[in-house]
Amino acid sequence: MSPSGNNPLPRAGRALPRAGSALPWALVTPALGWTLLFFVLPFIAMGFSSLTAHEGGGFTLSNYSQFFTNPSYWQAMVNSLEVTAIVTVISVLLAYPFAWILAEQVPERWQRLALMLAVLPFWTSYVVRSYSWLLVLAQNGVINRALTGSGLISEPLQLANTRFATVTGFVHFFVMLLTLTIFANLKQLSPSYRKAAADLGAGPVRTFLHVVLPLTLPGIMVGAFLTFVLCIGDYITPQILGGNNELLMPQLVMMQIGRRGDFPLASALSIILMGVVTIAYLACARWLKIERA
Amino acid sequence: MRRIVRIASWLYAIAVYGFIFLPVVVLVLFSLQATSFPIPPFTGPSLRWYDAVLSDVRLTSALVNSLLVASISSLAAVTLGFLSAWGFARFVLPGSGLLRGLITLPLTVSYLIIGMGLLVLFNWAGVPKSLLAAGIGHVVINLPLCFAIIYSQMGDHQINIERAARDLGAPEWKVLLLITVPVMAPAIFAGFFLSMTFSWDEFVISFLLTRFDTTLPVEIWNLLRSGLNPKTNAVGSLVFAVSIVLVVLFELTLLRRRKA
Repeated sequence: MSPSGNNPLPRAGRALPRAGSALPWALVTPALGWTLLFFVLPFIAMGFSSLTAHEGGGFTLSNYSQFFTNPSYWQAMVNSLEVTAIVTVISVLLAYPFAWILAEQVPERWQRLALMLAVLPFWTSYVVRSYSWLLVLAQNGVINRALTGSGLISEPLQLANTRFATVTGFVHFFVMLLTLTIFANLKQLSPSYRKAAADLGAGPVRTFLHVVLPLTLPGIMVGAFLTFVLCIGDYITPQILGGNNELLMPQLVMMQIGRRGDFPLASALSIILMGVVTIAYLACARWLKIERA
Repeated sequence: MRRIVRIASWLYAIAVYGFIFLPVVVLVLFSLQATSFPIPPFTGPSLRWYDAVLSDVRLTSALVNSLLVASISSLAAVTLGFLSAWGFARFVLPGSGLLRGLITLPLTVSYLIIGMGLLVLFNWAGVPKSLLAAGIGHVVINLPLCFAIIYSQMGDHQINIERAARDLGAPEWKVLLLITVPVMAPAIFAGFFLSMTFSWDEFVISFLLTRFDTTLPVEIWNLLRSGLNPKTNAVGSLVFAVSIVLVVLFELTLLRRRKA
């Protein structure tokens, strides 16, 4: 719709009722205020807290220096990064073929249902999902019963309270998340790309490797980044499934609060954890251009 | 070749579905047996542990708390999200991009850190641990989500309907209530149900910010101290059922939007 010369209405595309009105600010201020008061301010408080000593007293950097000097704290970060990296790689490798099958092999009319089913357990709470894996992996759980019952092993395996259990619980969640994002990506791909590749003589394998895979790589990166962020910040899964044999960063943070009420150290460790996430974000920022519909 | 791909695809898909559903099936199956350990062999259906859950006052009051916190915090999040989305989509504001970035910023920070920050702040300000404190935290995590969903659905075509109403003399509040809210209803419902789901399942913020009166995930966490327990299976299955209802409602509102 183009505005004609004698149009008495305001120009097209302008919805401003009155210039300089207080209304728009009245609309956005509550949300901005909430974010400032309950997100930005707590973060500043945490920053200040991290620079004070637990026993009281003035400014100190000891909470941060402890992280670098205490090997068990350092080890928690190494564990977290290792687990997160393993989880991200396994989840992508499992989810990509699955999403591809859902998008390419399942008939169009069943796809929505197939996808909904595939991500149904995604919606249970973290606590319940981790507990369910404990049932499966426990000493007298389903897997051990099945293995001993069939005579494959004589003694039950130690599956729960291991890194294996933590990784399994995480992979379960992130396979579902990545299936969603990769599926969406594959569906957005215009079929004409594939047709063009086929017309130019490429077989299905070559088309996949040189056309489909590179075009879905940005989607994979977004999903992998999400996996990284959610995985490295999660407390429940390692606490329930991994136990206390090896600590991950979120467990270390919660331990400071729970056992000793040491808020300054917990704050410092949280900020370090957030710093690591920020570095990861900056490292793959150019892959993460999330587009607006 | 095509047949081999087909068969391999089927086998792979079945294996992944099996992996995804294994824990859920085990959870629900062993909630339905009367023995005091939720482990094989399965000894037949019984609702004994559901009875135990529903007559446990701590669990039922935690369930009511969870529903209260989820519905009230989601209502607050969707209201704030809708108003700000309308403000940013319809009016030219200085620094709009930056301010929108600020509102969506909490999406990039893990719940643990949001909860930690609020804990430190409330501790300093002398705000006691309570369901209200946890609810405030839930609004923080869900507001950016509601804002993003509603803002992305505010297309330019809706501006004209609003402008028509204004030209016919409607004051701003009438435009908002009688035009914009009904037009945006699917996005508003989607934001609300998604917030409900996240708040209903949220653990770490509630864990940090509540004390005696607490939400269901925290109460389930307390149950876990007793190890494998069929009562936990039963309450977990119930939580799962509620989540599924919320997700189905969410799907239905999305489908309605697509048809419109």
